[in-house]
Amino acid sequence: MDRRDFLTLKKDSGIPVPVSVDNIRGIQSGLNPYGGAWTTKEISHLLKRTMFGAAKADIDYFRGLTMSQAVDELLNTVGVLSPPPLKNYDNTDTPAGDQDLGVPQWSTWINTITDDGGVNYRRRQSLKAWWIGNMVNQNRSIQEKMILFWHNHFATEGKEYDRATFGYKHYLLLKQYSLGNFKQFVKAITIDQAMLRYLNGYLNSASAPDENYGRELQELFTVGKENNPNYTELDVQVAAKVLTGWQINFTTEVVSFNINKHDKTNKTFSTFYGASTIAGRVDATAGDVELDDLLTMIFNKKIEVSEFLVRKLYRWFCYYTIDSDTETNVIKPLAQIFRDNNWDIKIVMSTLLKSEHFFDVLNFGALIKSPVDLMVGMCREFNIKFPAAGQNEQSYAMWSIMKDFGFLMQQDILDPPNVSGWAAYYQAPQFHEIWINGDTLPKRTVFFDMLTYNGYTASGYTLLLDPVGFAKSMSSPSDPNALINDSLDMLYRVPLSDVSKATIKKQILLSNQDQDYYWTNAWNAYIGNPADNAAYQTVYTRLRDMYRYLMNLAEYQLA
Amino acid sequence: MKRRDFFRNTLPAAVTLPSIFSGLSVKAFTENHPLVQALLGSATDTDKVLVLVQLNGGNYGLNTVIPLEFYGNYLSARQNIAIPQNKVLTLNGVTKTGLHPSMIGFQNLFNDGKLAVVQSVGYPSPNFSHFRSTDIWMSASDENQVVNSGWVGRYLNNEYPNFPEGYPTTAMPDPLAIQIGSISSLALQGPGINMGMSISDPNYFYDFLDGVEDPVPDTRWGKELKYIRIVGKQTEKYTSVIKAAAARVTSQGDYPSNNGLAKELKIVARLIKGGLKTRIYMVSTGGFDTHANQADTGNATAGNHANLLLKLSSAIKAFMDDIKTLGVDDRVIGMTFSEFGRRIKSNDSAGTDHGAAAPLFVFGKNVKSGVVGNTPTIPTNVGFNDNLAYQYDFRSIYASLLSQWFCVKPTDLQTIMLKNFQEIPLAVNSACGTTGLEDIIRGAGDELIVNYPNPFVESTVITFRSKGGHTLIQIIDPLGRVIRTLADKAYIAGTYSVTFDSMGLPLGVYYARFQNGPLQQVRAMLKTR
Repeated sequence: MDRRDFLTLKKDSGIPVPVSVDNIRGIQSGLNPYGGAWTTKEISHLLKRTMFGAAKADIDYFRGLTMSQAVDELLNTVGVLSPPPLKNYDNTDTPAGDQDLGVPQWSTWINTITDDGGVNYRRRQSLKAWWIGNMVNQNRSIQEKMILFWHNHFATEGKEYDRATFGYKHYLLLKQYSLGNFKQFVKAITIDQAMLRYLNGYLNSASAPDENYGRELQELFTVGKENNPNYTELDVQVAAKVLTGWQINFTTEVVSFNINKHDKTNKTFSTFYGASTIAGRVDATAGDVELDDLLTMIFNKKIEVSEFLVRKLYRWFCYYTIDSDTETNVIKPLAQIFRDNNWDIKIVMSTLLKSEHFFDVLNFGALIKSPVDLMVGMCREFNIKFPAAGQNEQSYAMWSIMKDFGFLMQQDILDPPNVSGWAAYYQAPQFHEIWINGDTLPKRTVFFDMLTYNGYTASGYTLLLDPVGFAKSMSSPSDPNALINDSLDMLYRVPLSDVSKATIKKQILLSNQDQDYYWTNAWNAYIGNPADNAAYQTVYTRLRDMYRYLMNLAEYQLA
Repeated sequence: MKRRDFFRNTLPAAVTLPSIFSGLSVKAFTENHPLVQALLGSATDTDKVLVLVQLNGGNYGLNTVIPLEFYGNYLSARQNIAIPQNKVLTLNGVTKTGLHPSMIGFQNLFNDGKLAVVQSVGYPSPNFSHFRSTDIWMSASDENQVVNSGWVGRYLNNEYPNFPEGYPTTAMPDPLAIQIGSISSLALQGPGINMGMSISDPNYFYDFLDGVEDPVPDTRWGKELKYIRIVGKQTEKYTSVIKAAAARVTSQGDYPSNNGLAKELKIVARLIKGGLKTRIYMVSTGGFDTHANQADTGNATAGNHANLLLKLSSAIKAFMDDIKTLGVDDRVIGMTFSEFGRRIKSNDSAGTDHGAAAPLFVFGKNVKSGVVGNTPTIPTNVGFNDNLAYQYDFRSIYASLLSQWFCVKPTDLQTIMLKNFQEIPLAVNSACGTTGLEDIIRGAGDELIVNYPNPFVESTVITFRSKGGHTLIQIIDPLGRVIRTLADKAYIAGTYSVTFDSMGLPLGVYYARFQNGPLQQVRAMLKTR
């Protein structure tokens, strides 16, 4: 059903008017399994939210499954493990004696430890490019989107923890637990090298406690700061004591627990945690055991923890405003499922993604794409050809320019702005709208224009959108109306008016003529003789201008 | 810090630049320099405007400008649509041709000395495809060439080579070219970057002058769409200057109603009077593809083509009257063009099929009024495939206007037009050849790549400013083919030079394309003897 029909129907159907927030029509649907249509529109919605962009081949593939099978496949397919990041830099400024000098270019640096800031800087650029490459090359799995979600949730900054090797292991950790057990995930993150260094956990000792991690563990990672009553400053201080003694051996890059640095006293928390006491231990397992106790105590605040995380997932995959209907029909029951299933992340995602609420037409198109979602999604949707596997120099150059554009558009992966992650996911009331401002919106356009006009060229490879190839993949490219409709079905999640479609057809595809057959003839002339450059250019320039135009409308910013 | 800010913040009026820039005198002046100030102050007075009026579909030239000299043959080739001789509008001092009876506005303009009619404009080996022929007219290419930039774009790239880096500038605070409508045409495409203002929504331009906004539903996506659109409008670099220009004009002359071209030209008049320094405006009107029912049965002076010409003629007449009242008619010249003419012989459905040469009009207070060229010859027994031969290459018209109206120098003209074309006296601008303004304008913006010498004979040195990281220098020919890659690696931020040795390459225009991360800039270079 078309959204417009739906909206019209709803007005006349006698259903009570849903609660409205900011003058937005509310959504009443909840977690019942969705049983409606399964067409390009719904598939595209699911894919744009769970992968990067909705590529034609993926839409076609999932059309052959049921909605439920499609979600299961996205959740159960393990992301491809690509070859580890490679040394795409030279050693111009590397100090004599550094281990990195022994790593040949285009082999991996992950097994060679270095403490040099310059080398680590270059390695992190390699890691960021590699990460972009993983997204570009993702398989039919939600995993890369989940990794980015968790990177935002357990935010760490590479430039602070410095070592690229920590960053690589951190990425693997996010991947390992991305759909696993949340409680175990928090434990693993607590003693992850990147996190230990980023929030000073490795310096936290009985004699000089550092409260940094103890605070963020509660405020940002588990219970949140919106509860009333909530954890107290005492709880921050006491949690820090529990966490004393964890260390990083920077020579071997191994994490260990040092009982001599550990606070062995009993730790008593506030009434928020029922005035629980974690008994001080004195042996080598003290760190591990007390950490388990701490997490058990925190996760006993079941409602707070489950609702906090479910809200965060909702804001990432659905929309940032949670009105009272959504709170009642989605957040609360989903949080219940989360805690009833012993903190299993996958079941939460499965329930949400298969729900009537997720596929409610009022939820379509409401998500402003993050910069990375926009760029990677565009490349995947338009099937932009990247260098072949093994063309390392070219591949890294292409991934790097996308990484650089991500930085310009305010999403520098591996280096979010701070421990809270990107403001778009927590800063009320603007949330996702923060991605779009007077500085970043033109840069999105520059990125589109770069890939549609001249392409980006480096190391002899040109990354360039092929509008003719894309048009060819549509059902009936010789018919300008079908071509526009098919393209919009794939690229847009919100409707474009008939007037706009007619304008685009006439002004671009028809060069201001009125007869559709002029386009048909031009297309057929090209198909009939692909080697004729003039025939090719005639369709190429018009398709290029049309897709560029579609990308530059506000509609393309929405997923 | 941006280079422009750097200059502005830290440099005195005159600066010494590294020796690499010796010979490029314009860069030695900042905006504070008295000479620059003086020249900038006089810029508005010398600014001329060209309005391009595109007639989409292929205008039927023989019923627009009727060949009275060969009326008998004209009549026999097209009994069903021929304009009766006694209805043809006469032109002062002209006996060989006249105008379609619905073009009273053009008749008045001609008799007032404000209209030039150029006969039989076309090009060798005409192409009869709308698309291909439109692209040829827009790019000013040969029939057998595919050039991926437009002639206006190349002109503007020549005038403002640094665009868009650092723009808007004090010297050029306004869009270089404005196309009324939503999609920027090939004509405005520069060798690397589109030089025209892009308007991001079909109704945006009118809406934005009138302060109207498309409604969105009260849904989640409606809220976000509205937000992005608002930011988009605020972000458009030229929104405020265009709004301000439009606001300065509170009263305009009458324009015919139900006439899309008139509506567009009214906006153009408003923006010119409002003080924009924009040099090129493009407007268009469609429906000229009159294969059938071109004229009413039994009355050839009425019907579709008559209505099209009435709209054209009355819209341009109203525009001319308006700019005269507004006091800006000294600055404006306009030109009509269409991708081709139509066949001499009409078909049985009272229409004509795609043809070749056709007349075009140049209008304005400062045009050399009159009929240019001979009346096209019509043979006695016309076959269905017969076409009018062209007398003037359309690129001669472009070259003449660039030279006579915008004072483009011969060398630059060759760079822009890709070859030399015959000039026809069409426009008068007494300022041509007397100002050094263009050198200052050319220095505007952030200059990232230059070459010296230019024009060059054998080799030229390309100097570029990398902001650090991967930097690419490619040499591209006018067909868009990369013929050399002179740099393709990471650089430390700084200024570098590479030499383009053109040995073995033909004379003509080449472009040096600079790409540095997200930045790019294109410089035109001319290889001469």
